[in-house]
Amino acid sequence: MQSIISIQGVGKSYSSGFTALKSIDLEIKRGEIFALLGPNGAGKTTLISIICGIVNATSGKVIADGFDIARDYRQARSQIGLVPQELTTDSFETVWHTVAFSRGLFGKPANPEYLEKILRQLSLWEKRNAKMLELSGGMKRRVMIAKALSHEPSILFLDEPTAGVDVELRRDMWEIVRELRENGVTIILTTHYIEEAEEMADRIGVINRGELMLVEQKTELMQKLGQKQLNLYLQSPLESLPAELAQYNLTPSEDGTQLTYTFDAHQDTTGIAQLMRSLSQLGIDLKDLQSKQSSLEEIFVSLVHGKDA
Amino acid sequence: MNLNGVLAIYKFEMSRTRRTLMQSILSPVLSTSLYFIVFGTAIGSRMGNIDGVSYGAFIIPGLLMLSLLSESISNASFGIFFPKFSGTIYEVLSAPVSPFEIVAGYVGAAATKSLIIGALILATARVFVDYQIDHPVWMLGFLILTALTFSMFGFIIGIWADDFQKLQVIPLMVITPLTFLGGAFYSINMLPEPWQTLTLFNPVVYLISGFRWAFYGISDVNVAVSLGMTFLFLLLCLTAVWWIFRTGYRIRH
Repeated sequence: MQSIISIQGVGKSYSSGFTALKSIDLEIKRGEIFALLGPNGAGKTTLISIICGIVNATSGKVIADGFDIARDYRQARSQIGLVPQELTTDSFETVWHTVAFSRGLFGKPANPEYLEKILRQLSLWEKRNAKMLELSGGMKRRVMIAKALSHEPSILFLDEPTAGVDVELRRDMWEIVRELRENGVTIILTTHYIEEAEEMADRIGVINRGELMLVEQKTELMQKLGQKQLNLYLQSPLESLPAELAQYNLTPSEDGTQLTYTFDAHQDTTGIAQLMRSLSQLGIDLKDLQSKQSSLEEIFVSLVHGKDA
Repeated sequence: MNLNGVLAIYKFEMSRTRRTLMQSILSPVLSTSLYFIVFGTAIGSRMGNIDGVSYGAFIIPGLLMLSLLSESISNASFGIFFPKFSGTIYEVLSAPVSPFEIVAGYVGAAATKSLIIGALILATARVFVDYQIDHPVWMLGFLILTALTFSMFGFIIGIWADDFQKLQVIPLMVITPLTFLGGAFYSINMLPEPWQTLTLFNPVVYLISGFRWAFYGISDVNVAVSLGMTFLFLLLCLTAVWWIFRTGYRIRH
């Protein structure tokens, strides 16, 4: 698929000597939801701030929808909407005025019908005449999204969209993002919530200490790095693991009522059928069984720690 | 040219002015009226004419300039400082607007507000003192040029300041003394040497002198020099703004 954003060798270091980003290369595909995942201070916000024009890169270049963000900044920025992490709003402005301001700022002529559509979509229409300071945190977050969408961008950056947001609003936010994608908007979100990336993204990039450690399709990433576990609940507890089962990667629970079999789901033979036969031959009866895929969080922790080690 | 962008910033700034009408328009008019009452009517009536102009009328250009300078600076500096302080500047930085357009929006709005205040002060002065304007077009020209130049100077201060104290320090510690000592209340010819020569290093002298010439045809220094100095200061401010955006100084890291 065609790239909508091409990041080529982008680095950022400060005069203090701190390097926020080493050389980053990344292609964002048109129409996808891309999650940039990493711990706090990994360089996520720096990277999107560079693409949006808020921070100057020390090296490298970025092409957004065919336009160089430095040389053709007008065309590039017209395509981009940004929802920053902080809820920075003009407290005394009304919702309507602040969204109309954003549209004008991005060079678009007034279009009340379009603004009404966005405000309705984001459940903000009833609040259009409310001042920003009268809104709850969640509502402010919606206004920030409305501002970012006011100039009809084809690329939307969401920097930690659900940081400090309650569960219900988080679900709403995910729904909004999916709808935007259906309307053809490419979405890049940064998050340190694994759940969020797992729930929403098509592809995931893991960033740590200013370095992009990997970029994968979410499903591939989970398949590639994910180990599966099969929990076997036994009819009667085992005192010790029989010698015949030593060849399997089995971990008995303390009380002996459960065995956990860890296997690689990516392999052609998982060994499950053989294990079942062995259990049957030994007369070990099962009460129940359950398989579990390792979560993105476990993958992430192993990646970050693997690099640290 | 992103005209919609310039207009969005301009309208945003003007609506901020409307929201704070008491503080932004009425307060400078009130304080200038007090000057007119005290210096123009009460003390002025006991003072002789200066270069054939009554004292009350003589101080009008200087007082107008005093308000114009301080209002242009404070309005423009606050206009850009506040988004920087609150973080909302991210939107302007990420928008497809050029540095020139950003300055045009913020400085244009600050200068407009100064001109409104200037007009209100002139109208208020009429209540207390009788005055004439010999060269109305030049008067308007000086008014607009000064409002623009000092709004731009205010914009630079707003970018430079990283706390509220710095925002106040230049208008309070530099501009107010320079204006008071720049011949707002006297003709510099009334000063003994070396003060008369020293005062020529004060740029505000040229602004007030040129402005007074537009009113009454009298000036401390040649009007062409006044105009030249105003343009020179405008040029310095423009250069500073150009440098700020080129280097990203205090706005784009």
